[in-house]
Amino acid sequence: MASSCRRPEHSAPPDVFYNEEEAKKYSQNSRMIEIQTQMSERAVELLNLPEGQPCFLLDVGCGSGLSGDYLSEEGHYWVGVDISTAMLDVALDREVEGDLLLGDMGQGMPFRPGTFDGCISISALQWLCNADKRSHSPPKRLFSFFSTLYSCLSRGSRAVFQLYPENSEQLELITTQAMRAGFSGGMVVDYPNSSKAKKFFLCLFSGVAGVLPKGLGSETSDRNVPNQVQFSGQRCRFKNMKGKSLKKGRDWIMEKKERRRRQGREVRADTKYTGRQRRPHF
Amino acid sequence: MKLLTHNMLTSHVKGVSKGYPLLIKATEVKVNEVEFNPKFVSRMIPKLEWGALVQAAEGLGQRQDLPGELVSDYEQNDDFLKKVHRVLLEVEVMEGCLQCPESGREFPISKGIPNMLLNEDEV
Repeated sequence: MASSCRRPEHSAPPDVFYNEEEAKKYSQNSRMIEIQTQMSERAVELLNLPEGQPCFLLDVGCGSGLSGDYLSEEGHYWVGVDISTAMLDVALDREVEGDLLLGDMGQGMPFRPGTFDGCISISALQWLCNADKRSHSPPKRLFSFFSTLYSCLSRGSRAVFQLYPENSEQLELITTQAMRAGFSGGMVVDYPNSSKAKKFFLCLFSGVAGVLPKGLGSETSDRNVPNQVQFSGQRCRFKNMKGKSLKKGRDWIMEKKERRRRQGREVRADTKYTGRQRRPHF
Repeated sequence: MKLLTHNMLTSHVKGVSKGYPLLIKATEVKVNEVEFNPKFVSRMIPKLEWGALVQAAEGLGQRQDLPGELVSDYEQNDDFLKKVHRVLLEVEVMEGCLQCPESGREFPISKGIPNMLLNEDEV
């Protein structure tokens, strides 16, 4: 995990940290915009909304409305809540289509029961785990957020949170409070084998219990670690006798491709030409 | 703030049990053109608190000829859906405040964004 000075939660409360200067990055830095849009795309995919139906969604920690832009693009209507006025000003400048609200998620969501068809939140939930004032108690604030969110979602809908957890205790704190509020569901981890592409999504169901979707890039890793010994008629002679296979050989290439696939990178498919020597040229 | 959001908003001040509907005291109201989506409007109608919507539109002077009672077969009635669409998504409160009917607490609206932050003693 990153050192504590690199985590924005450790430097200042969210309404102070996201000042004009920080907010400007979210409208100018193309890398930041790209990552935010990618994560919103994945979050909406995990929401599993009915096909071809315009939905009414809640975006918690909407900031400058980058995630909201993607929702509008998909034909949905949304309401965004954020605590930083500077970020909301950027959202106003960008003329986002959703309605905006200044609010603190730890104080609960002020909506009528059954209002929304779903809720997304990109990189916001970890802020709740910090006590920025003496009166703040993270478990209490998490619980009041989750319980009010549970009531304002319609039955059978989902809430997807992308978050950067600091450690496993923090994850446990968040999921315990979510379960206490009545949600079911759990964590979906995309690309668990890569330190860079790894993304945590907390996927919560209200009402009916659903099947938790699989994280991206986790299928290949499952295949590599079977829980049963596989039978093969082939005698294993010198393959895998030593730790690593011979460099530049076909096995070495296949292993390397598999490793990079697990990290979520783009890798060419394996064919009969993979690792084959070319014919000699003059 | 659109009236659709207002229809869903409640007051969450400590000790308030219902806190709905919030009273709008507007000083500036704008009407923005928004693309009409009959499917969305007819999906939202069952979720709406119709009385509160009519009351809010009346208060802003934007009711025009919106009926006081919900029409029964609204899904086919394009004319009615257009009227609801106008009130729900096109009318926006830019400046003013929202007042909680129970505690009297006022939530200021500036640049179209209601400030729903609570003080320490109201949580």
